[in-house]
Amino acid sequence: MQLKKTAVAGTMESGDIMITIDPKESGGITLDLSSNVMQQFGRQIEAVIRETLAGLGVEHAEVSAVDKGALDCTVRARASAAAFRAAERSDYQWEAK
Amino acid sequence: MEKRYVKERLRRSMMFVPGNNPGMITDARIYGADSIMFDLEDSVAYTEKDTARFLVHNALKTLDFGQKEIVVRINDLSSGLGVQDLEAIIPAGVHVVRLPKTDSAQDVIDCEREIARIEAKHGIPVGATGMMAAIESSGGVLSAREIAHASDRLIGVALGAEDYVTDLRTTRADGTELLFARSMILNAARSAGIAALDTVYSDVNNEEGFLAEVSLIRKLGFDGKSVINPRQIGILHKALLPSEKDLKKAYAVMEAIAEANAKGSGVASLNGKMIDRPVVTRAQRLIALFEAYTAKEEDEEE
Repeated sequence: MQLKKTAVAGTMESGDIMITIDPKESGGITLDLSSNVMQQFGRQIEAVIRETLAGLGVEHAEVSAVDKGALDCTVRARASAAAFRAAERSDYQWEAK
Repeated sequence: MEKRYVKERLRRSMMFVPGNNPGMITDARIYGADSIMFDLEDSVAYTEKDTARFLVHNALKTLDFGQKEIVVRINDLSSGLGVQDLEAIIPAGVHVVRLPKTDSAQDVIDCEREIARIEAKHGIPVGATGMMAAIESSGGVLSAREIAHASDRLIGVALGAEDYVTDLRTTRADGTELLFARSMILNAARSAGIAALDTVYSDVNNEEGFLAEVSLIRKLGFDGKSVINPRQIGILHKALLPSEKDLKKAYAVMEAIAEANAKGSGVASLNGKMIDRPVVTRAQRLIALFEAYTAKEEDEEE
């Protein structure tokens, strides 16, 4: 997935995570995460973001995320939405449960 | 074919949950509503339709909502958003799709066609997903019967009063303004053998007004209503309980039936009066309501 512009998804409300994605030419994915549950869940949140972006074929991006206690499914949803917005694409690949 | 929905079930309370609010989606199961309705329509800003779809899609696939009925209110198909909503939620396992602004049977048929197409695309048995139709206009009210009969997937028809009263050029008041619509929708639902579901009561701080409305729709015969605030759920369930007198009579009826059956008699009587079939049906319904209220639902104990 080719990113074209900076995009954001999510809010700063409790239970949410705000993810901003900036396109980059090279250098892989750099991630700047802040969370109020950094100690317990920081690594898990980072893993979910990286895994989601890899699944979408995003190779290079500067990602910043402000977590307010989001569950994995929320992190996945926000990362996906931000990536599609950054790529200016809407050909979502919804997969069955 | 395995269906994701149950046609006949308890639907005293159907709680709206904004589709772009992760905190509320996560907590939705703890409030004791019979059905949870994730909303992609009015509570989601036009610019956030995409993020809400991702959120509801992932929540449906991941979170455990216990025995709750999971409904998603989509945008109407004419907006161009409705089909995109369906693309996201059908593969995620939604039980029932709530179609807003249903003006005609054709609206139901068009939505059903899209659902069937998406089910087939994902290898989901065609017909697995249920539907409910919300009627929100004078045209819809006048077509209520055709709407209620438009698809086998329909579990119920609901009234959406805010748009409806605007269409009528009136406002929400004591219920007089909704009497015709409620009566139409109720009779349409019953003629199709499906649920009749009342509109929201938006003034969440007015408990007295809420109770008066619940009392009215209960007398009319509605199964339940939409709620927008969890606080209304307990009040609603309690207000829908049968009176002690009616409940005693209901149990007496069921005992008399059991006795008659034990004797091999086809005719049961209570206090010298023969018990007709409708009396039994009513007794069973009251007991079911009571038992649902008293049952310690695991969901709420957690």
